Amino acid sequence: MPTPIQLELSRRKLLVSSAATVAVAGAAKDVRAADIRGKALQNTTAVALEVNGETQHLVLDNRTTLLDALREHLHLTGTKKGCDHGQCGACTVIVDGRRINSCLSLAVMHEGSKIQTIEGLGQPGNLHPMQAAFVKHDGFQCGYCTPGQICSSVAVLEEIKANIPSHVTANLTEQAAITSAEIRERMSGNICRCGAYSNIIDAIIEIAGVPA
Amino acid sequence: MQFDTPATSNPIDQLKVVGKPIHRIDGELKTTGRAMYAYEWYDPAVRYAYGYPVGAAIAKGHVIFIDSAAAKTAPGVLGVVTTLDVGDLEKGKLNTAKLFGGSEIQHYHQAIAVVVAETFEQACAAAALIKVEYAAEKGAFDLRAEMTHARTPDPSTEPDSSAGDFQAAFDTAAVTLDAEYSTPDQSHSMMEPHASIAAWDGDKVTVWTSSQMIDWWRTDLATTLGIDKEHVHLMSPFIGGGFGGKLFLRADAVLAALAAKAIGRPVKVALPRPMIPNNTTHRPATIQRIRIGAEHDGKITAIAHESWSGDLPGGGPETAVMQTRLLYAGENRMTAMKLATLDLPEGNAMRAPGEAPGLMALEIAIDEMSEKLGIDPIEFRIKNDTQVDPENPERPFSHRDLVGCLTLGAEKFGWAERARPGARRQGNWLVGIGVAAAFRNNLVMPSGARVKLDRDGVVTVETDMTDIGTGSYTIIAQTAAEMMGVGMDKVAVQLGDSRFPVSAGSGGQFGANSATSGVYAACVKLREAVSSKLGFNSADVVFENGDVRSGNRIVPLAEAAGEDGLVGEDTMEWGDLTKTHQQSTFGAHFVEVGVDIATGETRIRRMLAVCAAGRILNPITARSQVIGAMTMGAGGALSEELAVDTRHGFFVNHDLAGYEVPVHADIPHQEVIFMDETDPYSSPMKAKGVGELGLCGVSAAIANAIYNATGVRVRHYPITLDKLIGDLPDVA
Repeated sequence: MPTPIQLELSRRKLLVSSAATVAVAGAAKDVRAADIRGKALQNTTAVALEVNGETQHLVLDNRTTLLDALREHLHLTGTKKGCDHGQCGACTVIVDGRRINSCLSLAVMHEGSKIQTIEGLGQPGNLHPMQAAFVKHDGFQCGYCTPGQICSSVAVLEEIKANIPSHVTANLTEQAAITSAEIRERMSGNICRCGAYSNIIDAIIEIAGVPA
Repeated sequence: MQFDTPATSNPIDQLKVVGKPIHRIDGELKTTGRAMYAYEWYDPAVRYAYGYPVGAAIAKGHVIFIDSAAAKTAPGVLGVVTTLDVGDLEKGKLNTAKLFGGSEIQHYHQAIAVVVAETFEQACAAAALIKVEYAAEKGAFDLRAEMTHARTPDPSTEPDSSAGDFQAAFDTAAVTLDAEYSTPDQSHSMMEPHASIAAWDGDKVTVWTSSQMIDWWRTDLATTLGIDKEHVHLMSPFIGGGFGGKLFLRADAVLAALAAKAIGRPVKVALPRPMIPNNTTHRPATIQRIRIGAEHDGKITAIAHESWSGDLPGGGPETAVMQTRLLYAGENRMTAMKLATLDLPEGNAMRAPGEAPGLMALEIAIDEMSEKLGIDPIEFRIKNDTQVDPENPERPFSHRDLVGCLTLGAEKFGWAERARPGARRQGNWLVGIGVAAAFRNNLVMPSGARVKLDRDGVVTVETDMTDIGTGSYTIIAQTAAEMMGVGMDKVAVQLGDSRFPVSAGSGGQFGANSATSGVYAACVKLREAVSSKLGFNSADVVFENGDVRSGNRIVPLAEAAGEDGLVGEDTMEWGDLTKTHQQSTFGAHFVEVGVDIATGETRIRRMLAVCAAGRILNPITARSQVIGAMTMGAGGALSEELAVDTRHGFFVNHDLAGYEVPVHADIPHQEVIFMDETDPYSSPMKAKGVGELGLCGVSAAIANAIYNATGVRVRHYPITLDKLIGDLPDVA
């Protein structure tokens, strides 16, 4: 049951408290974010992101999501906005080795982060093996969820290798196995309304190098 | 070119390129994030502004006053355009509900303002400062409550059909079924939100948008803006899915154009995801009644299908009875549709409109009837196959192989192992299999193309056709390569630009067959131009290996084109073959499910579709169409339902969290088999549509599999666990 105080929480308080959270989570490297506390509210923040191996210096409205920083400021529009609410996975990028929904993350939270987008994975004529497997198995139709599916696929195989369990991992004391059930479960945050799932699994299984 | 006699042999029959499993030519662009969708067009020299739409918070009534003072002075705001500012705008011909303009509110989340700012964040924040005063009116939102007020819709929808004497035959039939079914409102939920960028140059506007039908949008946008159609340039080369939701002009294009005009800068507008289900269109809910009468031997003697649906005033019915006029034999038959006035958002086409919800009901009814008769459901369907239009027996099907689909599928799927309902159990899982027929008419639309041959021997196709994920780029390139005798590496395809010849567009599963036929026609013109230039007799000219040959003269196409190149342009038009012959596509869906005996949770284990759809132009892209449709059918069977708030008149679960489409974990490996066939009545391509066929019947096959697994018959979609759990056997 929300109290009136929670309901009256102002945007200013929200921004201050989120900055504080960043400081805690990001520890020492987020000095700039921590400095906002107790000072006049700044609407913009300078942030440096390492995107596909290149450092990008941006001054962003604090409300800018990582997704919009990529799409609208760096014009890396391969990362897609399907819902802007963390419901579809089209905005999936790999940040410091882990996949995230970039629409649910503010850009200013990522000072110094290494961000890999679909553009960094491979390019026409120089495809990442997963991109090539998606083409080979026709793992897409309209193509709009595809960059998110591919970024997720690459990260999912790493997550299994790193022995991070999922809802369908049967035994937590053994190394997680690369199975189609594990992949389906872990890929379920990436919606494909064209319904290419069966082909996407075929592509990922081929790259994983295991029998389906 | 007029197609008015069945196709004989033509260059497509060589099948050197057409029919081959060629990977999508846009595959590298899409998998590397380089395919540019509407909201992504970017010119570094242009300062784009961001428009954020505001939707009505009532379902019916009027806007009295819009207070935009706070929004206008908010940081970064460049302007606010409200529905009251612009006044009444002429509605596009193909829209039922108006998109913007004037005080009247016809449905919830109808666009009433757009706030324009330097950044997306500023526009979004300022939009929240808009205050609106409404005069709300009472509306009708509950289909079941409005059933008794429903009326026969416009005669153009063919609301009533009959042959023989249904009632008399039904009354005297040995075995009868009389059951009611329902399907809920469904949302297209394509992954790319509706989005547009508009840029004016004087009195001309260019709009990058996400449209299935370039010319329909161009025409209706010009009407709404009150400008000459020639002054509207539309671009939509990549579309992030449509499924019918992008057939007709939408508010984002209107808002972007008006906002760009108002502030004198290009403006980009995307519909926020939570606005899409109520702002745009949806597949309307239906309530259906099906009656079937048969003799003990399984011959249907009487069949009736009635359907009730609702829409805004001026809208149409969901034509859920249409397939029942053609799918099964039976001398005595009737169909009827009734339309209620509902003040919900506009109901309109979603993938396989009519047949998708119609078959969700009919193919359960057929399963029920076969059980009453004690006849295998496949045998029952085969027994009632027809090779002619049952209402007009003098009118044959052009080609119909439903029986082949059913028998081949039964063999491949292991149908013979089907157990009695509720009899097969594996641990906690009740396991069952189900079947349903797939049926969807083959429609054709006029389609134009321009084909250019240049001095390098490159063939470039230009048409306003769209590729919504269907594979248009690839099959059009295959068609041009086959016709001009060149490899795929010598073909370029440009789509989705209103400067190109008007095509069929993407809808009604008419796109692939119609658009490639248009390219065929243009290539015939180009072949004639090449022959004529070289002084060849076009009757004996051969185009192959990048050369053109006549007798012992061989000339490379590049040389034939010369410095200036050559162009062929034509439009494929259609004669009476769709009237003299019923052209339809057929299939059979097979599904195995497991239902958890304790929770009622359904998991799909296996899926197979067998499709008879004429020549398959590209087995890779065609297969993807079918597995995608099977996936959508899984959603329709098990989870998809727009929940109606019948007090306030809107869809409550209006985003991708609440409206549950299938995800990876819901879908098993899927198998598709295409019957090896051609239909010369359809087009020179001898192909038919397949993108909607794949959806038709899937949900019923799942429903029938659930019945076979559990012995519980559910007639109201979606089949969620609450509808099963009360009747499941006790957990042993």
